[in-house]
Amino acid sequence: MSDIREQLDSFFVENFQQFEEQLNGESALPVHSKRKSAIDAFKAAGFPAAKNEEYKYTDVAKAFKKLINFEDLSDGTIALSIDEAAKYFIPEMDAIRLVFVNGDFNAGLSDIQDLPEGLTIMPLKDAYTKEDESFNKHFASYKNEGLDSFSELNTAFAEGGVFIKIARNKVIKKPIACYFFNDCKNGVVISQPRNLIVAEQNSQSTVLESFVTLGEHASFTNTVSEIVVEQDAHCQYYKLQEESEKAIHVGGTEVNQIGKCVFTAATFTFSGGLMRNNLNIAMHQEHSEANMYGLYLIDGKSHVDNHTVVDHLKPNCESNELYKGIIDGKANAVFNGKIFVREDAQKTNAFQSNRNVLLSDDAEVNTKPQLEIWADDVQCSHGCTVGQLDEDQLFYLRARGLDEKSAKALLLNAFASDVLTQVKNDAFRSYIEHKIAERLQNN
Amino acid sequence: MLKIKNLHASIEGKEILRGIDLEVKAGEVHAIMGPNGSGKSTLASVLAGREDYEVTEGEVEFKGQNLLDLAAEERAREGVFLAFQYPVEIPGVTTTNFMKTAINQIREHRGQEPLDAVSFLSLMKEKMKLVEIDQSLLSRALNEGFSGGEKKRNEIFQMAMLEPTLSILDETDSGLDIDALRIVSDGVNKLKTKENASIVVTHYQRLLEHIVPDYVHVLYKGKIVKSGSKELALELEEKGYDWLKEDAIA
Repeated sequence: MSDIREQLDSFFVENFQQFEEQLNGESALPVHSKRKSAIDAFKAAGFPAAKNEEYKYTDVAKAFKKLINFEDLSDGTIALSIDEAAKYFIPEMDAIRLVFVNGDFNAGLSDIQDLPEGLTIMPLKDAYTKEDESFNKHFASYKNEGLDSFSELNTAFAEGGVFIKIARNKVIKKPIACYFFNDCKNGVVISQPRNLIVAEQNSQSTVLESFVTLGEHASFTNTVSEIVVEQDAHCQYYKLQEESEKAIHVGGTEVNQIGKCVFTAATFTFSGGLMRNNLNIAMHQEHSEANMYGLYLIDGKSHVDNHTVVDHLKPNCESNELYKGIIDGKANAVFNGKIFVREDAQKTNAFQSNRNVLLSDDAEVNTKPQLEIWADDVQCSHGCTVGQLDEDQLFYLRARGLDEKSAKALLLNAFASDVLTQVKNDAFRSYIEHKIAERLQNN
Repeated sequence: MLKIKNLHASIEGKEILRGIDLEVKAGEVHAIMGPNGSGKSTLASVLAGREDYEVTEGEVEFKGQNLLDLAAEERAREGVFLAFQYPVEIPGVTTTNFMKTAINQIREHRGQEPLDAVSFLSLMKEKMKLVEIDQSLLSRALNEGFSGGEKKRNEIFQMAMLEPTLSILDETDSGLDIDALRIVSDGVNKLKTKENASIVVTHYQRLLEHIVPDYVHVLYKGKIVKSGSKELALELEEKGYDWLKEDAIA
């Protein structure tokens, strides 16, 4: 198995050399020195080995070997029409729409005319070639706990994403919906979208990232979104995954709460071959709040792994975490939630919970809470459960006339409901509710 | 309406019911009494269709059908209702929401159109009044954080909503104070008609002062050892069960 890791490492390192050769003058920009140190960090660490504790249950290299044939790489032609893409847009959502195809921002499929005042959206390339001050300040400037070699790999190839800035004091009511398509109709696609979102002081915003794979071929997405939240800002972040069974996804959401602020993430996974989400949050100022919610509803042979890190660096911050999973078929779920409470971070409140329902004998969950606490005056709690549907509850409902399927659906909906209520955007919540209902109907 | 013949049932290989014979006709109220562990709750569960119990012998006929062939939900749709001794808590599901699903599935089974929102609400209001239950309770998660009395009242409310032909009340009085007992019994009495019937399972005679039975049966070691009129309950209250045990052995 070491071969596949070495192959992958050298594939990406060679790719980087080719990428560098194509750059005209860009190599003198600050962004490029960050890319170079990132590729060095990637070279040093490489693809995680089987013994790597953080990837113990999620062997990305092995999934590569199984799914991805480098002979079948797509030639890069894109034939995604707006009509086809629109099937995957959240219905009834009045959004500022950004579409990315195979990792690159696609202006033609996006709808960013008439942006509200105070909202800047520019291709990453424009941001770094123009040497935007805010971009240069924040891009790849933080080293969060949990940031790993995949994030480094993404930084090394940073080119095709967008830079989003919500200006000071601005409330952007419409969600900023980012749709990432890997169009695998004519070959294997490897994409590495990279975004930077800066929510400036006292701003309010909602960002959605939705990942979709199209076509029969395999897909590898290694995405990173950095989110910087300033003083008094409120930022809601939703992530949605509906990928194919031949899709590998490694996603880093690197969040830095650099002022006293509120950040909320909600991650929903419905399908995919191997889905790994790294949500890494660092709280740099007192009195901040971070919320992490997640729901995974998977079947078949899907594998979904949510790794979260919340790093309490300063006193009086609060973090809440609730991840729930419904696992059917031969699907496999992993949850790992780390909470760091640094020596300075007195009066921290940190709560974490992961609850799972297994619907079949072959479904599997590995869940692990991890608390590292150096401060002495803190309140932390964590808990995880794995179980089946409660037979007594099922019988009770059936004894009132509900058939088994409706009874199960009712119980599972109830199980998912406390994650759903955290979704403040009505259109998105309706969509998720619809997805859950659809899935439970087919059970 | 209900004919039980030589019913034997066991759980995990252990025989609990050892030959029950019982006939219930429309308009009747039957009380099943007996000491702890005599099989009272097992009988209630077997009739409602709980799959943990295995029926090893005997027949149960309900409205001319073989009840034992029906799944729990089919029994409910045919008009069997079990008021649980320990109603389960179901977080995230409100009584209102789940009653709506239940009623419409039962209506569908009977070839009726589903109730629209307005008719459902007016039915709810009517039945809420009947069993003196508050709206706020029904909007909360089912039985979650309910007191013992509230849980039992909620059972009777559901019974009122579903209008069963045969109600089985499994120790509905257990854990109730005298006021709650009165409210619950009043509800049951108001729901009584000539067409329906009830089986009231209880350990104490007190409930039977409120819900007056036509027949009283004493269950002991999985068999009905004595049947009689409501006076039998008084006798049991006075003498306890021991004299019957001696009778049964003799």
